[in-house]
Amino acid sequence: MSNLLSLRPGGLALLAAIIAAGPLVLQNGFHYNVAILAGINAMVCIGLNLLIGYAGQISLGHAGFFALGAYASAILPERFGFHPAGALLTGAVVVGLLAFAIARPILRLRGHYLAMATLGMGIIISIVLDQEVDITGGPDGMPVGDLTLFGQVVSGELAWYWLIGALLFVTTWLALNLVHSPVGRALKAVHGSEIAAAAMGVDVFHYKVLVFVFSAVLASVAGSLFAHYNGFITPDEASFIHSIQLVTMVVLGGMASIAGSIVGAVVLTVLPQMLAGFHDYEMIVFGAILMGTMILLPEGAVPTLAKRIRERLA
Amino acid sequence: MRFFRKLTRRAALAMAGVAALTLAHAGTALAGDAKEPIKIGSFLAVTGPASFLGDPELKTLQLYIGKINKEGGVLGRPLKLVHYDAQHLAKKAVTFTRRLIEQDKVDLIIGGSTTGTTMAVVKLVERAQIPFISLAGASVIIDPVKKWVFKTPHTDRLAVRKIFSDMKKRGLSKLGLLSGSGGFDKSCAGNARKLAKDYGITIVADETHGKGDTDMTPQLTRIKNTPGVQAFLYCGFGAPTSIVARNFKQLGMKIPHYQSHGSASMKFIKGAQGGAEGVRLPVAALLVAEQLPDDNPQKKVALAYKRAYESAYNDSVSTFGGHAYDALMIAVNAIRRAGTTDKAKVRDAIEQTKNYIGADGIYNMSPTDHLGLDEKSFVMVEVRNGTWKLLK
Repeated sequence: MSNLLSLRPGGLALLAAIIAAGPLVLQNGFHYNVAILAGINAMVCIGLNLLIGYAGQISLGHAGFFALGAYASAILPERFGFHPAGALLTGAVVVGLLAFAIARPILRLRGHYLAMATLGMGIIISIVLDQEVDITGGPDGMPVGDLTLFGQVVSGELAWYWLIGALLFVTTWLALNLVHSPVGRALKAVHGSEIAAAAMGVDVFHYKVLVFVFSAVLASVAGSLFAHYNGFITPDEASFIHSIQLVTMVVLGGMASIAGSIVGAVVLTVLPQMLAGFHDYEMIVFGAILMGTMILLPEGAVPTLAKRIRERLA
Repeated sequence: MRFFRKLTRRAALAMAGVAALTLAHAGTALAGDAKEPIKIGSFLAVTGPASFLGDPELKTLQLYIGKINKEGGVLGRPLKLVHYDAQHLAKKAVTFTRRLIEQDKVDLIIGGSTTGTTMAVVKLVERAQIPFISLAGASVIIDPVKKWVFKTPHTDRLAVRKIFSDMKKRGLSKLGLLSGSGGFDKSCAGNARKLAKDYGITIVADETHGKGDTDMTPQLTRIKNTPGVQAFLYCGFGAPTSIVARNFKQLGMKIPHYQSHGSASMKFIKGAQGGAEGVRLPVAALLVAEQLPDDNPQKKVALAYKRAYESAYNDSVSTFGGHAYDALMIAVNAIRRAGTTDKAKVRDAIEQTKNYIGADGIYNMSPTDHLGLDEKSFVMVEVRNGTWKLLK
């Protein structure tokens, strides 16, 4: 059992099995919808967890990158005749360059100042999307065309489910490889102590920028996919609340745990849907569950549970 | 190995649970007979920044669905409201609409308090072929016409027409325009620019303010100093409406002051701190129900709704609840006329709505008009002594 949770091939096989088993559990389009949204959130969270959990940097602006990707996929095909896949890649490249450009000044900051700077960046993106009515449709949002891949329109919940499932698998694989590579070890050193890492010859700043850009690009790609899937986007995607939701998913699932990011994203996407029936009490129950989780599972759901299982087996 | 044994025991328990659930599910399916309820799905902005829209809308739906059920329901079947709070968020609206269509299998959807949430689900309802009545303002919802999409609130275009006819009547032709940056503001100002020529009006000043601005004095000063300006129109929604009226008074401006139906709430009058006196705006008849002449066909409907709402919730009536009232009644009437909940037949029946007298006006829908209101559905009011005064 412990092998399945800790070792790379085992974890990936488990993920593949869960994704493949999805259609056995999901009964209708609404279930698929929630599963797809959970998968998209999980992709963003994996990137964000590399930044927060492994590199020890905080970002309260990732919804901004997500929204930029989404708007790239909405605007470029419609206005400039881009192929949807081209728009997705262009969005990712632009977001990557933007993240690279702002990473240099921003990542020199630490702690509260870094949080403030990323927060400010997210809000700037949100305001621009809100105000540039002629391009973005303003606060009322804009429709997004279909996604075509290899001449095929991706339509229907099942097709989207497999696409997002496959991409989530690839993302997880990439992230796990990164974590278990010299880069991942360097990131952990940076998290532990930047000074100690630098003394050991780790180019601290270089790694911080690298992981920041990688997580921004992941968010952008996820945003593009979300835009095509949802068919309509509004500047709310860039909102501060959305950034906070993403960070909450990472913390709930467990920092420095790729599986934790997926679990956090799934739980926080599915839970509001399950609680929707409570109406007026929805937020109270939701808050109580979050608080309970953080009190009982302080390191996040997956790392704490994995530790307990290991202890029991030992 | 102990762990594995535990695991299998747990798995067995889980399986039993699932089996029990499935059986329970089958049970409810079998229990369904001719009295199966007609399901009305709805997603509204009950919390969040747009809750001033969604809250009265939901209360209205709950109140009247209760009333209709007490009177025996529709086609001998009770109505059942399935509601989710989507706030003002397009993402939530899409997910909840899917849930309404595919999981709850509703017969019809009323909802979308805001234009964004409405437009986000248009593609979905068109594909699922389910009748959908929106409660949001902008004209883009029904222009161009979409087969399955209807709406009940007046559009900004109707408001501009009403204001321009009033200006024409008073012999005012040189207008100073101010608008905000929101979707409603832009649409309203755009319509004002487009329609001005038809009414012989020239826009001599065209100012805008940013989102969240707390002082509009500079823009108003420029309008005040524009030579020949005879009237002022503000296109906006929510808090800025009061600020504009306040600044207008502070600058001692004397020209006739118009605002849109976006200002039609007591909050506007209170927030303006006296600045609202003399402001004219087009509103739904509901807001001045008591003042309507007795021969106005809308008077009875509007008064009845107002009294029912105010006695049930001890809260003053708003035009937003009126939109929900009209949407529900149009839907119920259509189901009665169609004699079935067959989606295509109900849709056709909604489209054939003729002479329905509602809180918002008299609706006459057609294949080319999925709103069915004209500018006559608005009445012109002026703020006098801190309340709405109907103009003849």
